[in-house]
Amino acid sequence: MTDLVLETQGISKAFGALEANKDISVDLAAGEIHAIIGPNGAGKSTLIAQVCGAQQPDKGRVRFLGEDVTDLPVRGRAKKGLGRTFQISALAMEDTVLQNVVLGAMGASSTVWHFIKPALADQVLVDRAELALERVGLSDVRSQRTAELSHGQRRQLEVAIALTLQPKAFIMDEPMAGLGSEGSKQLTRFLDELRNEAPILLVEHDMDAVFALADRISVLVYGEIIATGTVEEIRRNKDVQRAYLGEAE
Amino acid sequence: MPIVLIAEQVLNGLQFGIMLFLMAAGLTLIFGVMGLINLAHGSLYMVGAFAAAAVAGWTGSFFLALLAALIAAACAGAIVEIVVIRRLYDRDHLDQVLATFALILIFSEGTRWIFGSFPLFLDIPDYLAGPVTLPGGIQYPLYRITLIAAGLLVASGLGLMIAKTRIGIQIRAGENDREMIAALGVDISKLYTLVFALGAALAGLAGALVGTIQSVEVGMGEPVLILAFVVIVIGGIGSIKGALIGSILVGLTDTLGGVFLPQFFQLFMEPASATSIGSSLASMAIYILMSVILIWRPTGLFGSRP
Amino acid sequence: MIKETYLNTFVLSLFILIPLWAYLADEPFTITLMTRAVIFALAAVGLNLALGIGGLVSLGHAVFFGLGGYAMGVLAHHAQTFTAVAEWPFLIEGTKSMPVIWLVAVVISSLAALLIGILSLRTTGVYFIMITLAFGQMFFFFSISWSEYGGEDGLSIYVRNSFPGLNTLDPIQFYGLCFAILCVVLFMMARLFKSPFGLALNAARQTPERVETVGLNATRLKLVAFVVSGAVTGLAGALFADLNRFVSPTMFSWQLSGEIIVFVIIGGVGRLFGPVVGAGVFVALEHFLGGLSEFWHIYLGALLLAIVLFGRGGVIGILSGREKIHD
Repeated sequence: MTDLVLETQGISKAFGALEANKDISVDLAAGEIHAIIGPNGAGKSTLIAQVCGAQQPDKGRVRFLGEDVTDLPVRGRAKKGLGRTFQISALAMEDTVLQNVVLGAMGASSTVWHFIKPALADQVLVDRAELALERVGLSDVRSQRTAELSHGQRRQLEVAIALTLQPKAFIMDEPMAGLGSEGSKQLTRFLDELRNEAPILLVEHDMDAVFALADRISVLVYGEIIATGTVEEIRRNKDVQRAYLGEAE
Repeated sequence: MPIVLIAEQVLNGLQFGIMLFLMAAGLTLIFGVMGLINLAHGSLYMVGAFAAAAVAGWTGSFFLALLAALIAAACAGAIVEIVVIRRLYDRDHLDQVLATFALILIFSEGTRWIFGSFPLFLDIPDYLAGPVTLPGGIQYPLYRITLIAAGLLVASGLGLMIAKTRIGIQIRAGENDREMIAALGVDISKLYTLVFALGAALAGLAGALVGTIQSVEVGMGEPVLILAFVVIVIGGIGSIKGALIGSILVGLTDTLGGVFLPQFFQLFMEPASATSIGSSLASMAIYILMSVILIWRPTGLFGSRP
Repeated sequence: MIKETYLNTFVLSLFILIPLWAYLADEPFTITLMTRAVIFALAAVGLNLALGIGGLVSLGHAVFFGLGGYAMGVLAHHAQTFTAVAEWPFLIEGTKSMPVIWLVAVVISSLAALLIGILSLRTTGVYFIMITLAFGQMFFFFSISWSEYGGEDGLSIYVRNSFPGLNTLDPIQFYGLCFAILCVVLFMMARLFKSPFGLALNAARQTPERVETVGLNATRLKLVAFVVSGAVTGLAGALFADLNRFVSPTMFSWQLSGEIIVFVIIGGVGRLFGPVVGAGVFVALEHFLGGLSEFWHIYLGALLLAIVLFGRGGVIGILSGREKIHD
């Protein structure tokens, strides 16, 4: 397994008596979409937080591009090429859509310590931002205030900001949530192509999207991975049916 | 250095700390339960002191003066909460700072308008005047001992109230989960008014008690308020235990630093510059203490970790 | 609704026309009042960067105002008594030259802002407010106990410091100097707000986790903003000391820190001209209400309360609505 991009090695995290993650090892190989599914409260958000660096695992390591990044903060991992989208939009609501994406482009090009020239006059930044907006289909609303965007457009903007970083791996936290069926279909097509640029660790509740996209699925229940496998293997897995799909369907 | 002098200064520091606690407890309670930063807490301290001075002037009774301080500060607190403060709970900290800053201006100028700019004086009643001899032969003013005892009494009363009574349970629930106590059918706005009035009463009591050692004047509250903030930062916001330990730490550091730092520098410097450097350093001692604790623990000694 | 740029032009022209009128009508007191407004505006322009864009509620900005003031006081005091500021490790002489004094004021207040910022930014929210307030108080008490430079009584400087080519004792010339500085700083702030740094700082206020997620250090952005902010407020302090030819511990007082915030809020937080409008309104109120009643702070308090509770966005927000998106 030489082409592993991202890997957690037995990470555990407890909040007081609650063991949110127990000895979790998941990995992400080049060119794949690896979906993490599981019921609410299974520990998916905690897992994402540790992969991105927002929380420190009590035990275990996180490796990215062959390096141990466990001790790096969020921005350190972002600089190495880990792009993420948030489950609850983290956007500068008072700014325009374009400004939000330019912020992403700045992170990738270390121009943040420029004090004189207007950010929106920096053609390199703006071009990169415009390209990302075009790819997610938000070019038309580029000058709107972010607060005026619909819920679905905010999801797309999240993806666009992540794109500007030209990451080596994506972590996406429920990008389909609240999109509606047409929106999910569009995003599904987009992610399907995106995996060729960088692999995606996808946390998602939308099972249609997961089954359509995922090369592998890991099922997280009560803080533990109970199964990992292809879509077919997961569909057939008895434990999964009992623990998760059985309840859902 | 004579042990008697040290003991006396330790008691002074303790007394100062206990008075700070009365301020800090209210502040930390109000922040813990309602999430409000209240700059006007020093004004309530002042209201207590003025009410006590006025009533003592009329009746000559120290006990009635204390009672008046409690009632006046609690009423002022309740009125302010109902008229202004309750509109601020959902606002950001900047709005809270500004609105309570505005309240300080109104309280201070209002008090100056009623009482004038000259300081008032509150006398120690005869039965509490004079020194007592403590074990070990230490002579110490009876009034200050009373302050320490009264403060500790209030502190333990407060602790018991929060641990054991119905109101205390509601307060603790309010600190953890606001929706929860609303769901339990507690009248939340009444609870908030009550907590605010309680904090105000504690501040007013402190103002009245300290008013006998210092003069009662406009602007007396804010220096104490800022020290109480230092106490809370050290102890951790929302923690009554932190407020108590922080108060005593600040009280001792300030008092002992002011007395002993100049003497300490005299050991190896000429007296004039030793006094100057020593007292300059002493005036900064508690803030240095605060910085050190912050570097060590950004959320204070008993604050919850993020 | 008035367009914000028109409003700004109107405000600037007031700051030119009123002193001009006062000069022609021989009303030096009005010029002094306007100078006071310009200097307060400068102090608040400094705070506005940290508070309005960076979201840092600093209740200790008087520290920098006071340090700027004392930089002027100490240097000029030594110059007028013909003594050295320090003889060791190397000789530092006093000076009466404004450019040198400003440089010292800016450097010292930046260093203080760096130190206070590093410590205070370990925390957020209400802790930050309390800590900056506490540091303000620390400098206040230190200046009181610093008997070498007047302690509680402060320091008087007999003759206003000099600026090459100007007679600074002439009120209109000193006003012009202060106003020019304000304009230069406003221009720099206008650029800064739109620069990549300004954009990132603005985002760091609204959503720090996003800023970190794109690989930027939100705390460092805020720290730099705090330092620049402190430097500008420090410069204002040096000018204020020169206006009054007097420095005292009140320049460090927490009330002053509160008032600098009030300037920003009355005018409109995060708006380029908010602090200018706010300082102008404050000085006008101080003058007119102060003339009517000894207790004018009551009215100030009531006005402030009304603005906070009902008129969010300050004067500029009320007159020209929500900020226009500059694209």
